Formats: sequence, structure tokens, C-alpha cells
Amino acid sequence: MARLSTEGLRTQVGGPFSFSVERGECLALSGPSGCGKTLLLRALADLDPAEGTVLLDGENRNAMTAPQWRMKVGWLPAESAWWSEMVGDHFRGQRSDIRGQQLPSIGKDETLATRSAVPQRSCLERLGFGEDVMSWRIERLSTGEKQRLALFRLLLNEPQVLLLDEPTAALDVSNVWKTEEVISEYRKLTGAAVLWVSHNPEQIARVADRHLMFKNGGLEAVE
Amino acid sequence: MNGIIQLSPLDLSFAALLILALAGLSFRLRLGLEKRILISAARTVIQLTLIGFVLKALFAHVQFGWISLMALVMLLAAGYEVTSRQKHKLRGGWGFGIGTTSMFISAFTVTVFALAVIIGPEPWYAPRYAVPLLGMLLGNTMNGISLSVNHLTQNMRSQRAIIETRLALGQTKSEAIADIRRESIRTGLIPIINAMAAAGIVSLPGMMTGQILAGNLPVDAVKYQIMIMFMVSAGTGFGTLAAIWMTSHRLFDDRDRLRLDRLNI
Repeated sequence: MARLSTEGLRTQVGGPFSFSVERGECLALSGPSGCGKTLLLRALADLDPAEGTVLLDGENRNAMTAPQWRMKVGWLPAESAWWSEMVGDHFRGQRSDIRGQQLPSIGKDETLATRSAVPQRSCLERLGFGEDVMSWRIERLSTGEKQRLALFRLLLNEPQVLLLDEPTAALDVSNVWKTEEVISEYRKLTGAAVLWVSHNPEQIARVADRHLMFKNGGLEAVE
Repeated sequence: MNGIIQLSPLDLSFAALLILALAGLSFRLRLGLEKRILISAARTVIQLTLIGFVLKALFAHVQFGWISLMALVMLLAAGYEVTSRQKHKLRGGWGFGIGTTSMFISAFTVTVFALAVIIGPEPWYAPRYAVPLLGMLLGNTMNGISLSVNHLTQNMRSQRAIIETRLALGQTKSEAIADIRRESIRTGLIPIINAMAAAGIVSLPGMMTGQILAGNLPVDAVKYQIMIMFMVSAGTGFGTLAAIWMTSHRLFDDRDRLRLDRLNI
């Protein structure tokens, strides 16, 4: 059974979209700006009203509350948003995960420690942050730092599907690689499906198993 | 009502001279306000004269039906006023509906409470008490409510990215706008709290001044004023909470999606 599948999903500018993504699969989405990539991700995250059905592991999203759905199908917007003064304020209620600073746990009692043969390095550290980042002020962060922290914030929810809207757009080369690595490791360890919007053909070739391109309001497979 | 010096039309025309002088000054200084000053002054004369006659008739025939009608007209006018002050109104009558409902809570219920429980005139809807009291509560609670709703809708618009990020992280609609909601309620309540703190020192409230002019003992006038201040503050608080609650819920749908399309741009 597909991790995420959608049937007849319509956004304001396109559709109907019907496709599915398997467990642990990474699907790249590309297309010119304004073609509705972001709207498609928003519709999948149930942030815009949209016709059509969306299933997670075969379960209809309307069978759960919208906040529950969004915890499982996590959307990372292209521009990260921050509402409080300190970085740590945005991670409240997730304190225990932060203390461990591991990649989020996988199943109920499996964590990175039990599943991974890779030497233990915290997710934060791999994204280029020290332990003290939680006490930083938001205004001190660069756009790229915000983007990486927003990814970390999303991963702490342990989503089963990641909807990533140009997650490395504001990053320099070395951070692009680090981020790609963290995402692909998360995907492999947790079986999460990833939808990755990217403009960069080389990045798509590096990270994606499959590539769909927006054409005439629909999606076409790219070989 | 003894002892008050009657004002003749001639007396009022002296006061009008000051308005004319102001309009003349505006003309000379090219402030462009003279027309508005004169029209507004004329509206004051006409509207207040009319309401004077209406109240005279109402006082002469104390009938529940007529008083209710009067109260209803005042309430709807206040609801309209609250809505028209919004920069971004809710579409399709929702703004007016929420404005009127909150004004009902802030002014209507509080007035009935004051009449029935505190003052206790005979009958309880005696227009000499009911109409001025309702008018004062409507006029004074309107500000807080319209300020707070305006703050809410403007901030929900400008903080759209933040709200949607919080929703995307699995927060409920209430969690996602908790900060904005709190700030909006504070915006509505702070002016009236300040007014309570400044009463008697910085400002002599209008109702008290009026009673003193009418020949009442200052100590009695003060008691009424204290009651009014408490009523206005409580009314503003309840009305603001209701207005913010209703407006913020209207801006989300049943799947906790932010629906700014329900606002006029």
C-alpha cells in the first residue's frame, strides 16, 4: 500500500492530480514558477480547501482531525516563519526530543540509536548547529539558518510524509549537502515518503527516485 | 431638575459662533476641513434635536414596545458603526452580525442588569434611566470592540505565514492564533482600563458633569459615575471577548484552515 496517495485532487490552478508515493520513496516535483507546485503541497497538507481524496497508508485524511493529519503529513514552506523571540520558544512541547537531539524516534520504541549503524551525531549538529542554538535570538539567524532550523522543527513531529518546498533554496553548497543527507537519512530510517519541489536538475538527480513535472495543469513523468 | 439655567436659542448661537470661527480659520489656513466642520455641526443640531423630541415622546408615554423599538434601533446603529470602522470586514453580513451580537452582549445585557438589579426604577424599563444608560454603554463599549476586531483581522492578514506554519506543525487554530488573539483583546481593553485609572484626575466624565450641572450633589453624581465606569469596563471586556472569539472562528473552517478569503480586501 502506498504511503501517500491522492485521487482527483484539484487546486486553484491545476489538477486533477492523481499519483502515489511509496514508503521511503522520494518524488521530485518541478515546473516553472506559478505553475501551482506550492498550491499542490498546501492542498496535500490540507491547508487549502481542495476537491479530491488524499490517503495516508490507505486512511482517508477526513477520518482524522486536520492537526493530526498535518502532524503526519508535514509541510515545509519555502520561507520559514517564526513568531517568538528565542529559537527555543518554537520548540516548546518538544523538549524531550531536543534534549536528546537525536533524529526523531522511528517507531514507538525504536530510535536512531537502535536502528542506525552510523556514528551518533545529533540531527542539529549535522545541520550545522551547536547545542546552544535554542537560546539564540531569532533576529540573529540568517535566512539559511532559519531554513535548516525549520526543517529540524518539522522533523521533530516525526511526519510520515514530508512535503518540502525548495528546502535548500537559501543554503550554500556545503549546507545543501548536509541538508540533503539529513533528509535522505530520515527517509530511510522512518520510511517516510518525500515530495521534494526543486528547480535544480542536479539536486533532483541526487535525491529523487522519481521525477514528475508540471505540464498544462497536470503532472508528467520525467525519465 | 431644579436650578439648571435654561439655554435659549440665542445662547446656542453664541456657541455656534465659535464653530463658525473655527471653520473660517480652517478656510484661511487651507486645512480643507471647513465643509466637514459645518456639515458635522449641522448634523449635531439636527440629530440631537430629533432625539430630544423622541425622548420627550418616550418619557410621556412609557410603553415597553416603543422603548424596545428605540433600543433595537440604537443597537443596530451601533452594530453598523462597529462594522464600518473595520479596515477589512468579514464578507456577507458576518461582520454586521458579529458586531451587533457583541454590542448586544457588551451594552444590552449589561444595561438590563444595571436596571433590574442595581438601579431598580419603576417600571424597570423606565426610559429616563434605560435610554441614557443604554446609549452610554453602546457609545463607550463600541470603541474597544471595533479596535480589537480591527487588530485581529489586520494581524491575521499580516501574519498569515506564521499562522499557517503553526498549523502545518500540527497546532490547532486556537493555538496558532493564541498570541494574536491575546494582543487583540488587550488592544480593546487597555483604553477603558486607562480611563478607569484616570477618572477624576485627568478627566471629569461627561455623565457626572451633566448631573452636577443639573443640580445634583457631586457625591451622588460620583456614585452614578462609578457604576457607569464599571458597567462600561465589564461590557467592553465581555463584548470584546465575544467579538474576538466569533471573528477568529469565522476566519477558519472546519478543517482548521486559515480562510482569509472570508475577509474583504
